[in-house]
Amino acid sequence: MGKDVFMLGGKEFSSRFILGSGKYNVELIQAAVEQAGAQIITLAVRRANSGGEGNILDYIPKGVTLLPNTSGARNAQEAVRIARLSRELGCGDFVKIEIMRDSKYLLPDNAETVKATDILAKEGFVALPYMYPDLNTARDLVNAGAAAVMPLAAPIGSNKGLATKEFIQILIDEIELPIIVDAGIGRPSQACEVMEMGAAAVMANTAIATAGDIPQMASAFKKAIEAGREAYLSGLGRVREKGGEASSPLTGFLRD
Amino acid sequence: MKVNGVQKECPANFTIAELLAQEGFAKEGVAVELNMGIVAKEAYGTTVLKEEDVVEVVSFMGGG
Repeated sequence: MGKDVFMLGGKEFSSRFILGSGKYNVELIQAAVEQAGAQIITLAVRRANSGGEGNILDYIPKGVTLLPNTSGARNAQEAVRIARLSRELGCGDFVKIEIMRDSKYLLPDNAETVKATDILAKEGFVALPYMYPDLNTARDLVNAGAAAVMPLAAPIGSNKGLATKEFIQILIDEIELPIIVDAGIGRPSQACEVMEMGAAAVMANTAIATAGDIPQMASAFKKAIEAGREAYLSGLGRVREKGGEASSPLTGFLRD
Repeated sequence: MKVNGVQKECPANFTIAELLAQEGFAKEGVAVELNMGIVAKEAYGTTVLKEEDVVEVVSFMGGG
């Protein structure tokens, strides 16, 4: 198999596993990143704690690309504000645009996400919009200058898996940009499945953060994502809708 | 002035650099917004705060 490179925002990655850093102790981040083989990690931007509390960046291995999110934003304007602050923090211009006005299901607001993507892409950000998988919105995001499209599999933090599978497949089939499946993936098998479907990458946080052994689950996801990618590149075997087909020869049986 | 949503005393000729030192914010790991506009790090020492100013000091946290 030749070198399989994941290009995003002009950078080359070999890992297709984007790891979140929320909901677990910063002390575990390094082990999780290492076991995940992750080269991109997401972060949130919040009011700083006074009193010089430990800087999360000290726990993230060097060379890992930071992907700040705009979580907390309720509209495009707030997302743009958070994105600009994140860039001012001096760790590059990648941004995961995340806009929600629904606090129960935490579903993204696609219309505001398109607006923010348009503004931020024009300002030179590598705009990575998190969205509800809808083909029309995805096309709008392409036109707005997104670097990838990040559809949700299920509500954020739910670990419910591929609830939107059919619609993610449509995006994979119709959108030229990388499709990074973000949110809701709860198990390595689900990450594997979406990679088999042709997703470019998987982003996971809660599935890892709420696992019994965080670094070990990061490792399990890494393997699943790699397996799914390899299966996709190989081309899956065909499905026979009815009946079976012997794999062993139908001649030379030990009988007359 | 208001700093991260909390009302604070604003001494005379008080700069953003002095505010960060007083509040214990490490300069390297933060970004500062003054009245909704980002302040460049080079300007922390020369930007003098006023009573009516609204300051936000942000940093990265764990997030998904």
